[in-house]
Amino acid sequence: QVITGGHYDVDCRLEDPDGIVLYKEMKKQYDSFTFTASRNGTYKFCFSNEFSTFTHKTVYFDFQVGEDPPLFPSENRVTALTQMESACVSIHEALKSVIDYQTHFRLREAQGRSRAEDLNSRVAYWSIGEAIILLFVSIGQVFLLKSFFSDKRTTTTRVGS
Amino acid sequence: GKEGVRRAPGGREGRGGLGGAGPAPTPRSAGNYRTQLWDKQSESFLPSTPGLGMHVEVKDPDGKVVLSRQYGSEGRFTFTSHTPGEHQICLHSNSTRMALFAGGKLRVHLDIQVGEHTNNYPEIAAKDKLTELQLRARQLLDQVEQIQKEQNYQRYREERFRMTSESTNQRVLWWSIAQTIILILTGIWQMRHLKSFFEAKKLV
Repeated sequence: QVITGGHYDVDCRLEDPDGIVLYKEMKKQYDSFTFTASRNGTYKFCFSNEFSTFTHKTVYFDFQVGEDPPLFPSENRVTALTQMESACVSIHEALKSVIDYQTHFRLREAQGRSRAEDLNSRVAYWSIGEAIILLFVSIGQVFLLKSFFSDKRTTTTRVGS
Repeated sequence: GKEGVRRAPGGREGRGGLGGAGPAPTPRSAGNYRTQLWDKQSESFLPSTPGLGMHVEVKDPDGKVVLSRQYGSEGRFTFTSHTPGEHQICLHSNSTRMALFAGGKLRVHLDIQVGEHTNNYPEIAAKDKLTELQLRARQLLDQVEQIQKEQNYQRYREERFRMTSESTNQRVLWWSIAQTIILILTGIWQMRHLKSFFEAKKLV
């Protein structure tokens, strides 16, 4: 997910060890992709911001690989889980999804804050710029008007003499 | 040298965070890395690079340096966060004699674990001599604690947001009043200046 910068979009590409493109999207703001690895090796992913002229982007990404490591490096995992144990397992899974939602919410907050700060600085610059322009224009108007009347005066005196 | 920076929004590196209230233990984060240098002759990455050092620097959300240490070509670093927010982790190599420029490449394997993910449960079971059920309960407790910390963090963020909104409101009010006053004063100045000018020119 893109957190800060410009239109909050980025290009993304995922390749497997043979170079086959598994996932390719352009200018996306947020996405989630699941796949099963068909073979061993180095999978490559690339986020690209080359389409952007000057904005930098901050991107959040998250991997979840395989299953959780087992709690016990146990050999005695042949027996079925007791009721208590399976209750614990379901609570664990539910809590994992709570944590995932919290992450999503935290990212939305960070993104909202970044947009707000952007807006704040743009409004501040605009207000200052506008005040300066206002001052220059009002002083300029007065001197311009004065210059109209001053020129007329000199022409009349020349004609007179 | 090559640089790697990871910034994760919110919390400590992307998970949870302190709210500031309550005796919650400070969250620990651990990272471990391994580097491999590109070898032009064999056109592959060498399995290990002895002699290459990496400098690890971690900054907290206020920009203060939390960790700044030199490690070898592979290492493990840990740090503790005291403030919620974005932390910056920077790894850069200190080596100039290695051919890292002019086509040189360095591959860095990096794994970062935050908070409860730094816990090694089999180790904890052995150390505290817990039964399976006790260990599972411990894991659930850790998860719930992480959730609480994150909620605390969100409460802190909401508080900051409210303060920012109120200050923005004040500033907008002050600015509008100031601008109206400037406008009126400028208008008055213009009138008086022009009036005295025209009177001097005997046009009025």
